[in-house]
Amino acid sequence: MKILKEYKYDFTEIIHGYNNRSLKINLSDMKIESKQISEEMKQKFVGGKGFGLRYLWDAVTPETKWNSPENEIVISSGPVGGITQYPGSGKSIVVTLTPLNDTPMDSNVGGHFGPLLKFSGWDALELQGKADKEVIVYIDGNEGIIKIMESNIETIDSHILSEELTEMFAKDETDKRNYSIVSTGSAARYSNVAMLNFTFYDVKRKKVRLKQAGRGGIGRVFNDKGIKALVIKYEGVKSDLNNPANISKINRAGIRFHKEMNRYDDEQNGMRKIGTANIVEVMNDYDLLPTHNFKFGSHKDIAKIESKVFIEKYITQNIYDGCWHGCSMSCAKAADDFKIKTGPYAGHKVIVDGPEYENAAALGSNIGVFCPETILELNFYCDTYGIDTISFGTMVAFAMECYENKVFTKEDTGLDLSFGNIDSALELIHQIADGRGFGKIVGMGIKFMKKYFIENFDADPKFMFDIGMEQKGLEFSEYMPKESLAQQGGYGLTNKGPQHDEAWLIFMDMVNNQIPTFEDKAEALHYFPMFRTWFGLVGLCKLPWNDVTPHSNKYSKEPAKMPEHVQNYVDIYNGVTGKNVKIDDMIEESERVYNFQRIFNIRMGYGKRTNDKIPYRSMGPVTIEEYLSREDRYDKQLKEIVGYNLTNKSTEEKMAVLREYRESQYEKLTDAVYKRRGWSKDGVPTIEKLKELGMDLPELVDIVSRHL
Amino acid sequence: MFYLNNREEEFQEKLTVTKLIELKKYTYKKKIVKINDEFINPDEYSTTFIEDGDDVKILHLLAGG
Ligand code: SF4
Repeated sequence: MKILKEYKYDFTEIIHGYNNRSLKINLSDMKIESKQISEEMKQKFVGGKGFGLRYLWDAVTPETKWNSPENEIVISSGPVGGITQYPGSGKSIVVTLTPLNDTPMDSNVGGHFGPLLKFSGWDALELQGKADKEVIVYIDGNEGIIKIMESNIETIDSHILSEELTEMFAKDETDKRNYSIVSTGSAARYSNVAMLNFTFYDVKRKKVRLKQAGRGGIGRVFNDKGIKALVIKYEGVKSDLNNPANISKINRAGIRFHKEMNRYDDEQNGMRKIGTANIVEVMNDYDLLPTHNFKFGSHKDIAKIESKVFIEKYITQNIYDGCWHGCSMSCAKAADDFKIKTGPYAGHKVIVDGPEYENAAALGSNIGVFCPETILELNFYCDTYGIDTISFGTMVAFAMECYENKVFTKEDTGLDLSFGNIDSALELIHQIADGRGFGKIVGMGIKFMKKYFIENFDADPKFMFDIGMEQKGLEFSEYMPKESLAQQGGYGLTNKGPQHDEAWLIFMDMVNNQIPTFEDKAEALHYFPMFRTWFGLVGLCKLPWNDVTPHSNKYSKEPAKMPEHVQNYVDIYNGVTGKNVKIDDMIEESERVYNFQRIFNIRMGYGKRTNDKIPYRSMGPVTIEEYLSREDRYDKQLKEIVGYNLTNKSTEEKMAVLREYRESQYEKLTDAVYKRRGWSKDGVPTIEKLKELGMDLPELVDIVSRHL
Repeated sequence: MFYLNNREEEFQEKLTVTKLIELKKYTYKKKIVKINDEFINPDEYSTTFIEDGDDVKILHLLAGG
């Protein structure tokens, strides 16, 4: 491949988790530069998502769109990222302005790229500009060379492209483990929900594995920048490369955790057998599994897609599946030699990374598909085409409900989009990847579809907004929030939109009834989003935090917080960085970045109360059939809580009163949460709050002053 | 009447913890059971009866997707 630009750099030692510099590549003028990271930057933004947001803020203006050259993709791990003693330490966060609404998006991802980037000398990578011709960016972390090369590779889809690149760059089989590739797939040319695949080389299977930065269309930005792939090489990973301040603290926490995993995983979640898909049947039992576009929470055919089916028939067992070294939770499961039936890879035997819970729900129950092989095939195609599985499922579910309500017909789209139509779901995914037919419309996301259906099919705008499960342009992830007010807040009162990585409170709220008052819920909607934000600042995966439970937990005052594991995080963070923080300090670190992101959204026109509203489908029954499916529950609530006399009332009348009540509850919750977070009634961080956090930076004060 | 997670439930004769978990379809494995603030171990679920007026807590330890 023709080298367009080469850049050599010297190594500096990583000190306590930081290189103290980042790499910026501008693809328009091929400029490559090294930037110093100041102490202030570390103190206020920590790393990972914090660095990504800060760099992105500096790169863009309020007028910048996702496809403006100045938009950036920033990838950063974080100070703890890359340790091998504690599970889940290989994550990185990708930040960009999303094509869904041109505001900052963050997406966390496994695979080896983030840690290898750090060990190659860089705490973050900024990609800006647009290449004239498609390029591959190669970073050799052992030689200290960066090359921008003109791509001569025709392959587009990730599963082949990443194999080809690994083969091409690695000198032999042993060397392959030292590489990680970032790429997207065919869909990135057309779809707003295109994602990025980050690889790691699976030495046991001798195959390249894909992990996804799934949410928010980052793959589309990547493709628009003319990047075919990023390739990184670093040979020599070992446990002390972060040069931690106190390695024994980290070692001790790791040993404690590994013992717990060995002892409890089989009897608890079985993460090593099936990963997060262990909760498919659990969600169904608790009426929380999104079914038919979130209308229902369970389905009679659940047994066909429960975790046992995948364990027994498809997912390879007794093999280590950690997506970074040392992850004893080992949940990155895969189906080997899975035979594809449709599309360009029909007849191929492939490895399918998954299904994770979200995939099984999105590609299964939510679109009415109860066929494990279809779920796996859709999972495979989502991955290789570069489509976010969650958005795909929620988008198709929306289109299916519109079809069943005759918003459009088969004549309009060429497809029978009834719930559960497997052929149509598969056809749609191929259409999205090729940017053709009705798939081209669906692939643009629900926000786009709602407008399109109103303008072109005369759809009722109210119905579109009620059933279109998106907010801030992002499709809802796969949990039913309808009966949990706290989870409605967990989805709606977020920075990037309805993704459950900020807060997952359904059990605490709906089942355990531990947070009954607005103040309780607001406290949870403060603590958990801040605690979870912290994982994305330092380079950690959140699953080990609560997907196994230590014995001590039941005696703790706040078992939902998993205090023993929180202490592990305090220990490893202090162990790497040499800080002496406590949990409250970690929460405050998150608060700084969280408020920064909120203000960034406001700067881009999307961060106030009006943008925190959620579709009624996420709060209560939109249709009569939904009401009737939970009639007892809804009648009871009306009678006992609302004080409504049900005698001689039609279902429509009851629905209207219930809606008024539930919408008012969400508004009250919003008030309580804003207050707890130190925001105005309109959701704007106050200057006092910024001062308290040490975030009264002139550029932030300037924005909030205009909105307070 | 007894309380389950601070919500009123109708009292039933000979209702064990096992039976209550079955009735409620509480299939998630990671949970803690307490009756009147005392822990009940899983091996005691089938022999522990819920009495009229009991304060039962079945706390599911699932805080994350
Ligand atoms: S818990 Fe699973 S997703 Fe998280 S780092 Fe480990 S293998 Fe990867």
